[in-house]
Amino acid sequence: MNRPSRLKMAAIHAGLTLLCMATLYPVLWVVKMALSPTDGLALTANPFPDTVTLEHFRQVLSGTDAAGRWVFGRQLLASIVVAGATTLVGLTLAVSAAYALSRFRFPGKEGGMQALLVTQMFPATLMMVPIYSILQKLHLLDSLTGLVLVYATTALPFCIWNLKGYFDTLPRELEEAAVMDGASTFQVFVRVVLPLARPALAVTALFSFMTAWNEFILAATLLNDPSRFTLPVALQRFVGEHKVEWGKFAAGALIVSAPVMALFFALQKHLVGGLTAGGVKG
Amino acid sequence: MSRWFGLALLATALSAHAAPEPAKPLKLWHAYRGGEETALVQATELFTAKTGVQVELLALPYDAYAAKLTNAIPHGVGPDVFIFNHERLRNFHAQHLVAPASGLARDDYFPNAIEALEVDGQVYGYPMSLKSLALYVNTKLVLQPPETTDALLAMLPALSDAGEGRFGMAYESGDFYFHAGFVFGFGGELFDASGRASFDTQGMARSLAFVKDLQDRRFIPQEASGALVKSLFNDGRAAMVISGPWFAGEIGPDVDYRVVGLPVVSATNIPIRPFLGVETAYVSSRSARGEQAQALARFISLGEASRVRATVGRQIPADVAAYRLREVREDTLISSFREAARHATPMPNTLEMARVWEPMKLALRAVLQGGTEPQDAGALADRRYRALHRERPPEASPLPWLGLVGAMALGGSVYVLRRPAATLPFKRRYPDVAQAVAYITPAAAGVAVLVFVPFAVGLSLSLFHHEAGAYSFVGLANFVDILASRGYSLTEPLSFYFTLAVTLLWAVVNVVLHVSIGLFLALLLKDPLLKLRGVYRVLLIIPWAVPNYITALMWKGMFHRQFGAINGLLVALELEPVSWFTRFSTAFAANVATNTWLGFPFMMVVALGALQSIPQELYEAAEVDGASKWTQFRRITLPLLRPAMLPAVILGSVWTFNMFNIIYLVSGGEPGGGTDILVSEAYRWAFQRNEQYGFAAAYSVLIFVVLLAWSAFTKRLMRSSSEVMG
Repeated sequence: MNRPSRLKMAAIHAGLTLLCMATLYPVLWVVKMALSPTDGLALTANPFPDTVTLEHFRQVLSGTDAAGRWVFGRQLLASIVVAGATTLVGLTLAVSAAYALSRFRFPGKEGGMQALLVTQMFPATLMMVPIYSILQKLHLLDSLTGLVLVYATTALPFCIWNLKGYFDTLPRELEEAAVMDGASTFQVFVRVVLPLARPALAVTALFSFMTAWNEFILAATLLNDPSRFTLPVALQRFVGEHKVEWGKFAAGALIVSAPVMALFFALQKHLVGGLTAGGVKG
Repeated sequence: MSRWFGLALLATALSAHAAPEPAKPLKLWHAYRGGEETALVQATELFTAKTGVQVELLALPYDAYAAKLTNAIPHGVGPDVFIFNHERLRNFHAQHLVAPASGLARDDYFPNAIEALEVDGQVYGYPMSLKSLALYVNTKLVLQPPETTDALLAMLPALSDAGEGRFGMAYESGDFYFHAGFVFGFGGELFDASGRASFDTQGMARSLAFVKDLQDRRFIPQEASGALVKSLFNDGRAAMVISGPWFAGEIGPDVDYRVVGLPVVSATNIPIRPFLGVETAYVSSRSARGEQAQALARFISLGEASRVRATVGRQIPADVAAYRLREVREDTLISSFREAARHATPMPNTLEMARVWEPMKLALRAVLQGGTEPQDAGALADRRYRALHRERPPEASPLPWLGLVGAMALGGSVYVLRRPAATLPFKRRYPDVAQAVAYITPAAAGVAVLVFVPFAVGLSLSLFHHEAGAYSFVGLANFVDILASRGYSLTEPLSFYFTLAVTLLWAVVNVVLHVSIGLFLALLLKDPLLKLRGVYRVLLIIPWAVPNYITALMWKGMFHRQFGAINGLLVALELEPVSWFTRFSTAFAANVATNTWLGFPFMMVVALGALQSIPQELYEAAEVDGASKWTQFRRITLPLLRPAMLPAVILGSVWTFNMFNIIYLVSGGEPGGGTDILVSEAYRWAFQRNEQYGFAAAYSVLIFVVLLAWSAFTKRLMRSSSEVMG
């Protein structure tokens, strides 16, 4: 492949720089809000703060409950536990289901795949009331376990679709060879298929993690203990009935978004190959 | 006989002895922040010190608070006492969430606070604090606060200079909560003798004309938001502000101000009478310790607790005795608001009141934005009111439905039994079914319980009507209502077909933008020789990593009329700033811009993956054949991308179709519900229009049907594309 001309490269860089700026502009505004001491408002296009203070970050990080105990740390921990467990549970369930859907023949397979897609079509707003009742029957209200199960299952349809799509693209010869060598189906699944599917696993894990990490309505509704609230619930507390504490909300938003961004950076190599959006290459 | 008596006595003694077990703390829920929260904590500590009963507080985000209460209390896992404003009392009462205030002495509180909490002659909850509007006056600019509207009109010209951004007065004029006082002041009533909302009245028209005139003469700013009002007052660019007690905490330390009651309307000699809101301590109907809960609710509404709430929390106590305390009486802010509250109209706690907000918001904005004359606004509001007010449909008999389900089950089993036997035995056709079951059961169980069951419940809800906490079976009445648009023309925002058209437009525009921007970027980024490729890719993915409610709030701020960055850019380019949410086209564009920003990275990543899977040799061969770059793109890239992009497009369109957060938080359906999509409309019916869950569920079912049709259509596309692929 011959090297593109210098001019063309310059044009591509210019275009990308412009689009990156457009992408970052709104984010810079959040940074500005978080760093400005007051929400001194003025009509301006300048996304950089005039004076910088870390006060909002300090206040968010030192968040306490009504009794004055420091809860930010515990809420961070709760968030990590919930998102981590959701990822683990969601991925485990999705991986095995997707493998079965990709490799085995059984009745109701097509219907099942369709049904999974169909669940994505029903608006979530009305699911809350029945979910609440079900969790109560299972004695899982006010428990992180209940929250994790709800998150993991809501993320499942996408996860299964994505993984199944990826499994479909993996050549079966390797598995057949392993079977010839005397491996059981389960061994083939764990030793051969899963390592090959690493990019898709990374993307699916990221997706489950985000589902749990960002959600607040369910978390606020199901949990009754402020030290187990996840961070988005704490963040939403800055939005009041009569006013919004923009500075703290912005600082909190950055803190909540930072880990997900870090994960995106860490996983970005896999992201491109691992997102099949449901059975593409097959 | 006496032996039995003795036994009974013993039993009583035993149970009396058992009663003061180390009780669990009483649970108190609230959504207070800052000083109000501190004050509440101190008040409950006082209660514990006095009674020895521990109290456990739970502070919730306001946005999730009401939903949590209505879910938790009926399941017996709610609080013993909760604090909420009185507006929702009728809903709480209808759902049997609140207990009557059994320990309440009416004389302890202001009569209009008690009135606000009455339902059918019974008082629910203990009034804690009053919230109403008053006039904040910058004492440097206004020496003598206006007592009448004539006096106000006389002062305004000297205080206003719109060219310099100075206004005589500022308040959130587009919010009916702020306007209601004018309606009452001009002699208007919101409800007729039968209790039905009435909009088409003299008082309504005159109040609207008055405010429109203030705005036309540029005495008050247009489309003022809370943030604008605050910044104008703090900069000395608004001499007077109409706001509530919460505004005091927002005023800068260098502004000298005082608070007075709102002026008297000169034409009618009636004061501008704002709504009175009452923050109330309610006792949950399901509290296991009713008496202690009543004692707690009563305690925090009176006496020492009132003093703490007034001095620390800056609340305006509803407790008469509090004003005998020197520190409360001499607190000018609190006594002025107390004075202002005297004239306030207790906001009716009726379901009818809940039906007034949306029509009035529509009418008010229509007048202020021009295009509707004040005297026509009432009719406009009335029309919207009638659209939202649904009579309970006649009850239907569930029998035909049960019959239908039975018949289907019967038909199904007959079909299964009579079906010709498979050519191969089951075991041969599905050799690894046992394994499949093992692999799939955990996921299937989870999805069945937590996804399909709620889904089925949601579907069946659409056959019911929900009113006042009770469901009645109405068959297809909800669907008939929606599909017939109930007499509204097809081009009106409230008709299902209009919303459907907006939703389809929304989905198509977004998906096209997502895909084309994503694909464009992917083409730029695919060259492995490109320097900084990784950096670009990371930066361009950022929107995906931001939670979408944060994205929505962030863009909402960027489209702010006075302080938004977008208007800042327009001004920097010497263009006119745009008032984004007053016209359908601009409001829709704002929503689309937000959703495009958040959605293109997904498509970019999918496209990058798909591009990488196209074998390079194809291009090299085409090059040899002398095909131009454009031909290569059309003949190789596009056809080979199609099978990879289509599933992403389907998923993307389903997500966009139900992208509630963006619509709800960015345009909020403005103007007049025009930019609402089906899912936000469903949300409004469920949560903002007196909990019509059944009707909302019917909307959801229709959304579901539309998407099902759409996926069937795209499946066809996929099939034909795979045929192209051979």
